[in-house]
Amino acid sequence: MSMLEDAKQAAKGMAQQAVGKAIQLAPDSWMPGGRPDPLIREQHGQIGRPVSRIDGPLKVGGQARYAAEFALDGMVYAALAYSTIARGRILAIDTKAAEAVPGVVLVMTHENAPRMNKVPLFLTDQKAAGGVDLPIFQDPEVHWNGQPVAAVLAETQEQADHARSLLRITYEEVPAITSFAGAKAKGKHPGVFMGNPLNIRIGDAEEALAAAPFRVDQAYETPRHSHNAIELHACTVAWEGDRLRVHDASQLVAHTAWSLAQVFGMEESQVHVSSPFVGGGFGGKCLWNHQVIAAAASKLVDRPVRLTLSREGVYRVVGGRTSTEQRVAIGASADGTFEALIHTGTVAMSPHNQLPEPFILPAMSVYGANAFKLEVDVAYMDMLANTFMRAPGEAVGTFGLECAIDELAEAIGMDPIDLRLKNEPDKDPVTGAPFSIREVEKMWRDGAERFGWSDRAPVASRREGEWRIGTGVAGGTYPYYRMPGGAARITLRQDGHATIDIAAHDMGMGTATAQTQVAADRLGLPMDAITFNYGDSTLPGVVLAGGSQQTASIGASVIAAHRLLVKELLQLAGNDSPLAGLSVEEVGGLDNGLASLADPLRHETYASILTRAQRGTLVVEGTPPPPLETMHWSMHSHSALFCEVGVNAVTGEVRVRRFLGSFDCGRILNPKTAASQFRGGIIMGLGMALMEETQFDERKGRIMNPSLAEYHLPVHMDVPEIDVIWTDVPDPHAPMGAHGVGEIGITGVGAAVANAIYNATGRRVRDLPITLDKLL
Amino acid sequence: MIVNGITVSPPADPRVSLLDLLREELHLPGTKKGCNQGACGACTVLVDGERILSCLALAVQYEGREITTIEGLGAPGALHPLQAAFVEHDGFQCGYCTPGQICSAVAMVEEVRRGVPSHVTADLAAEELLLTPEELRERMSGNLCRCGAHNGIVAAITEFAEAGR
Repeated sequence: MSMLEDAKQAAKGMAQQAVGKAIQLAPDSWMPGGRPDPLIREQHGQIGRPVSRIDGPLKVGGQARYAAEFALDGMVYAALAYSTIARGRILAIDTKAAEAVPGVVLVMTHENAPRMNKVPLFLTDQKAAGGVDLPIFQDPEVHWNGQPVAAVLAETQEQADHARSLLRITYEEVPAITSFAGAKAKGKHPGVFMGNPLNIRIGDAEEALAAAPFRVDQAYETPRHSHNAIELHACTVAWEGDRLRVHDASQLVAHTAWSLAQVFGMEESQVHVSSPFVGGGFGGKCLWNHQVIAAAASKLVDRPVRLTLSREGVYRVVGGRTSTEQRVAIGASADGTFEALIHTGTVAMSPHNQLPEPFILPAMSVYGANAFKLEVDVAYMDMLANTFMRAPGEAVGTFGLECAIDELAEAIGMDPIDLRLKNEPDKDPVTGAPFSIREVEKMWRDGAERFGWSDRAPVASRREGEWRIGTGVAGGTYPYYRMPGGAARITLRQDGHATIDIAAHDMGMGTATAQTQVAADRLGLPMDAITFNYGDSTLPGVVLAGGSQQTASIGASVIAAHRLLVKELLQLAGNDSPLAGLSVEEVGGLDNGLASLADPLRHETYASILTRAQRGTLVVEGTPPPPLETMHWSMHSHSALFCEVGVNAVTGEVRVRRFLGSFDCGRILNPKTAASQFRGGIIMGLGMALMEETQFDERKGRIMNPSLAEYHLPVHMDVPEIDVIWTDVPDPHAPMGAHGVGEIGITGVGAAVANAIYNATGRRVRDLPITLDKLL
Repeated sequence: MIVNGITVSPPADPRVSLLDLLREELHLPGTKKGCNQGACGACTVLVDGERILSCLALAVQYEGREITTIEGLGAPGALHPLQAAFVEHDGFQCGYCTPGQICSAVAMVEEVRRGVPSHVTADLAAEELLLTPEELRERMSGNLCRCGAHNGIVAAITEFAEAGR
């Protein structure tokens, strides 16, 4: 990123801070969520019930259709070739042998690809979806080792794969920055995240640290990670005249439709992206090179194209979480009060994306301290663009922070839970905003009791045969976000059926199930009278399935649409209705109709209202207010994580024996699907703690373990019974009182495991993953 | 070969894997492609009742064999008991590894009944093998799940195996 761009970002950040202050000082009642969602009071409806997934039978029956499972007439298959150099230019691509393979219909390179605009980079515009800020197949330049440089289309996948292997590509290589040390030597740049500089200074933290009677000051490292959704990234695309149809695996369909329209110089409405089922996302299922290549190649041959990346291809084309190098220093007084909290460090980043892995986010909101110094610097490397992966910032930032607190607790001689609770802030430690909800103490106490924390043994004192046993704790955190752009449509039929339409996503989080429950309660209808449509760019709303913000975004959008619906229904009901004279605020959905909140006997069914008004359907579309609540209150989820490990004294092997997550995330909409989200995050955290690493060859800038055989994920044998509990206290300022729960689960897990390993062995490992060689 | 009870011809191109035959030619995409190199287990199908990785199998080698895919086990409205147990125990989130997990587990339970030992079986000569949680986890470790539905998967398989005893 250029100096000018840095300056622009900084100015934007200062303006945002000024606006933020004004919003913080405004009265609660002006804010979205200032008046609690009436559904928070609802205790006997569908919300809170452990409903099984409504799409479950389709998935277990093999009937759910994913992006690569739409067969179109005349469709051809694509295979990609990837650069083998990190930086330079393509001198020549010999395509003759490939083109001679039976069935091959096209070899596309930068020489014959259609002219296209760059994909708008994510976060540079409200609807921008691109992961990489570079042109695709427009010039011979190579920017990363693994960049797609040619695409082969053939009648079958076998023909395309074989022909691709016959391409002969020659390059002129130029020097590239492929080592982290080399990148840092070139100079560090300030990290800027969503317009805000990642640089917080409150008081003189270094001075306070030096003066503190107790202190830790340690370095922690985390490696690159890959999302590794089991579904390969894929798309099936077709041009229908001047319209582009894309069956994608996507967590941002509306963003993708708009962004592809920019690429091909079209109207947004000419691109239709749908993604009814997604085989895992975790931040990775966004708009990368492959959808653009498939659409461009399809345009050239005027036939539908199926492009499924190989597993190696996913590692070459789709970025992952970048590496971090962190310093955490905490100074404390004898009673444990934090005098200074310092969390600084450097992340590797490609120059072509917007995500300086913001690992200081946890330190910005979880603990109080008299002085803070928090800062992320960036060192640019010539590599595939790094990107968002489950809890970007928090997943790795909590590793350093929560390990350091464990180290400090030992130095002071305090219980690590007591030390954390000692530093509970009474308002947001950085912004000063009041917390919307904070049940952190209850979360810790409930977790400690259930886990049996009081039975904890001293360091390196428990042994069963050749296994050393230990327990550890750590905290996790993730913000409540709601992004602008939400909108929803409600269609109510005379027979009492309602359809909710919103361009949101269900990659397995249980969105459709939970939101059907919510809609049933809001409208006063049974669940089977609700259809929840999602995953299609032609539906209302620009809703990212990311940042754990979908639950709030959908909730606020449906609330907005519902208000319009109620208003129209009251007008239609007129003076002959038991509802006559009531305002929108005074009624709610009940028993297939509307009822007075104060007197539920004043009730009329939708069927009755619409029949009398001679209306077959009523259609409304609502847009929620901007998400000012996130600036007025400090809104966060929290977790307390308890882990028991066994460490083999002979081999250094670590086995997780028990794990408990205790969560404070507002109201839980569906305990069955939410528990799966919590467990899923925790298990990804176990992988991060013990085995996961995207290995990067610093000589060639190439990812060296691009397969599920060499990138180790937790398998069944690695996963114990994971216990999860939650406070279930609603956030009065969030729709339904709920926070999204997609990301909180992974945060803090790495530290909980590392702290348990220390308790078992007396060995502090400060670089992830904690593989057995580090414990020998 | 016979796929879900229907006789089909092997592919003309000998390079076609059993997985691609199922997904692309027979239009049975319930069997999933997660890595195409035998590392994830998403493509698991049953051949004469035994589990195999269909991505590592050339379709022409399966002439005369009986193949069962997830579509052949049961369908919405008439689910196989294990499919129903997966729904009840939330043994999946995104659903992509699920067909492979289910096919794998159906055969795995039979392997235990036949007394086939695993890496964690303490007594290789035992008359009867028990499907302990450890045995179950070891035997299902070739089926990866990135959503982290492992606990639900184990619960579903345990319920199914116990019901069948």
